[in-house]
Amino acid sequence: MPEATLVEAINLALARAMQDDPDVVVLGEDVGVNGGVFRATAGLQKRFGTERVLDTPLAELLISGLCVGMAAQGLKPVGEIQFMGFIYPCLDQLVNHASRLRNRTQGRLTCPMVLRTPHGAGIRAPEHHSESTEAMLAHIPGLRVVMPSSPERAYGLLLAAIRDPDPVVFLEPTRLYRAAKGEVEDNGEALPLDAAFVLREGRDLTLISWGAMLKETMAAAEALSAEGIAAEVIDLATLKPYDEDTVLGSVAKTGRCVIVHEAARTGGFGAEIAATIAERRLSSLLAPVTRVTGYDTVVPMARLEQYYMPSVERVMTAARRVCQFG
Amino acid sequence: MASRRVNQDLPVIARFEVRHRNYLAPDGSIQRPLPSFASDSRLLTELYRSMVLLRLFDRKAVALQRTGRLGTYAVSLGQEAVSVGIASAMRKEDVLLPSYRDNGALLWRGVKLEEILLFWGGDERGNRFSGPVHDFPFCVPVGSQAPHAAGVAYALKLRKQPRVAVCLFGDGATSKGDVYEAMNFAGVHKLPLVFVVANNQWAISVPLRQQTACETLAQKAIAAGFIGEQVDGSDVVAMRAASEEAIAAARDGNGPRFIEAVTYRLGDHTTSDDAARYRSAEEVQAHWKEEPIARLRAYLVAQKMWSKADEEQLATECHARVEAAAERYLATAPRRPETMFDHLYADLPEAYAAQRRELAGEPDA
Repeated sequence: MPEATLVEAINLALARAMQDDPDVVVLGEDVGVNGGVFRATAGLQKRFGTERVLDTPLAELLISGLCVGMAAQGLKPVGEIQFMGFIYPCLDQLVNHASRLRNRTQGRLTCPMVLRTPHGAGIRAPEHHSESTEAMLAHIPGLRVVMPSSPERAYGLLLAAIRDPDPVVFLEPTRLYRAAKGEVEDNGEALPLDAAFVLREGRDLTLISWGAMLKETMAAAEALSAEGIAAEVIDLATLKPYDEDTVLGSVAKTGRCVIVHEAARTGGFGAEIAATIAERRLSSLLAPVTRVTGYDTVVPMARLEQYYMPSVERVMTAARRVCQFG
Repeated sequence: MASRRVNQDLPVIARFEVRHRNYLAPDGSIQRPLPSFASDSRLLTELYRSMVLLRLFDRKAVALQRTGRLGTYAVSLGQEAVSVGIASAMRKEDVLLPSYRDNGALLWRGVKLEEILLFWGGDERGNRFSGPVHDFPFCVPVGSQAPHAAGVAYALKLRKQPRVAVCLFGDGATSKGDVYEAMNFAGVHKLPLVFVVANNQWAISVPLRQQTACETLAQKAIAAGFIGEQVDGSDVVAMRAASEEAIAAARDGNGPRFIEAVTYRLGDHTTSDDAARYRSAEEVQAHWKEEPIARLRAYLVAQKMWSKADEEQLATECHARVEAAAERYLATAPRRPETMFDHLYADLPEAYAAQRRELAGEPDA
C-alpha cells in the first residue's frame, strides 16, 4: 500500500469523491490554482475544472452559505475554511440553516454539505490560526462533527462525510497534516461516522482523545506501559454524534478514564464525555474521570503555545494519579 | 451630490446610473407608455385578486393572533405589490428564497393559506408546503438567505438549467454582509439570480436614513458589478415589468439583477410591534394614498377591466377562502412531541433516538 501524509489522504479522498460523483463541488479561498494553503486541494481544479473546483471571493460566511444553497439543490459541496479561526462567520449559517434545513422543512429540503477546516495549534502559525473550538460545533443539533487523527482515517472519514446526507464539519489536525504518515489505499471505501476507534487495548485505564492530541496520548500510553500501566486508547474521531457505546464499554472494563483534548477545559467536549460516564457508568468507576486539556485562556501565539497544549508528561501524570486513586 | 467635494482635475474613470421605473400614479393614472401586458385583463385582474386575497388573509391572521390562535405574524399591508409582482414573473421551476414577509410570493407559487398559518402558528409542517418542492421556506434571520440564493443559482448554472433564483429581503437586510457577499459572488459568476429588496422604509423602528447614506438601494448593485433598478414597489405593473425583464435577463445568461422596490409598510413590523412608538400617524396616513391595491383598482376600473360587481364577488370569494383555510388550520391535528426529532438527520443517530424514546414515553432500548 502506498504511504501518504494526512493532507495527501485528504486530497486523495476529495479526488475520489469528485471522480465518483459529479455532484461533488469543492469551493473555498485559494482552493483552485493554488491547491489550498495546505495543498489539500492540489491538482483538483486541473483535473475537474474551474466550475467544480471554485476559488471563492474572500468571504467565509459566503462559503458556508453557498454550501447550503448548493446542497439544497442536490449538489454535494465541500467548502474549505482556511483556518478554524476564520470559521466563526460561518456559525450563523451552520446554526440557523445547515443544521436545521432538513428539520425545519420536515425533510423537503436537505443539506448534504461538508465544511472542512484545519484544527488546532502547534505549527507556530500567526494569531487566530490555532483554534480548537470543536465543542461549539458539537453543541449544534443536526450537525455532524468529525476529526481524523491518521491518514487512513482522514481518507475514510472524509469520504463518509461527503457521502453523508446531512451537514458535516470536518476538522483536520493541522499539526498532523504532514507529520502523520501512513498507508492509505485509495479504494473508495468510507469509514463509519458513528464509531470511535480503539487504537490500543489495555485493562488499567481508558485514554480518550481526538485529532492531533492522539499523538501525545499514544506516546503517553507507550511510556505508561513501561511503568506497568496498560492503557486503552480511544480515538473518538466523530464528536457528534459520538460513540458512547465504545467509550462506556471501555470504562466498564478499566474503571478509570482520562480525557485529553487541546481545547480549553471549560465547556470542552471532555466535559460531555465525563458527564455521560458519570450518568451511566458511575458504579464502574474506580477513580474520578479526569481531564487533561488546554488551559482556560486564549490560545497563546507561537512562543507559548507549547505550554498551552497538553504534553505527554501531563497525560502521564494524570494517568498515574488516576491509577493510584483510593 | 454637490456636497461631496471632489478634485475636478482628476479624470473620471467610471460613471454609473440608476433608473427609476413607474407606470401607474397613485391615483391609477398612466405616467408613461405601459408594457404590453398591461392590456391583458386576465393577468392584471389575477394580480389584483392576489393582492386583495393577501390583504384579507393578513387581516384574518392578525385576528387569529389577537385571539391567541396564531403566533407572531408579519403583515404585508402596503407592500402587497412587491411579493406578488415578482412571484408572478417567475416560472414554477425557478427557485424562490423569501424573507418572512413574503406571504404574497408564496401564495402565488401555490403554497396553501393554511400552510402559511401553520408556520406562523408554530408548526414546522407549514414549511413542507404545496408550493414548488425546491423553494426555500421563510427566512427569519435577516438577509441570511442571500448566500443560499447564490449557491442555488450556482448549482443551476453548473447544471446548465434555464432556471433562475429569486431572493427577496427588506431594506434592513442591505446593511448585512450576507447580502453584499452574495451579490458580490453573483456578479463575479454572472449567476442567474434576481435580488429584490422591498424597501418599505422601516426596519422595525429604524428608518432607511439610518441604514444607509446611499441615495438609492439599487445602487448597491453597482458595487457588485451588475444592474440595479429602482421601481415603484406600490405599482404592481412596474413590479411585474421590472421582474419580467430581470428574470429574462438572468435566464438568458446575462447575470444577476437587483430590483429596489420602493414601498411603505403601512402596518406594524409584526403583531409584536407597535409602530406608533416610532413614527407618526400623519406619515402613515400620507402613504395610504399610494397603496398598491387602490391604485391598480383605479386603473382597472378606468380601463373597464373591473366592476363593482367583480369587486363584491371577489370579496365574497376571498372571505370564503380565508375562512375555510383558517378552519383547516385550526383543525390540523397536533404533532406528537417526539416528532421534533424527525428529520433532524436522515437517520436519527442512536444517541438521540434514546431521547426520542424518552419523550415518547417508550421504554429505553
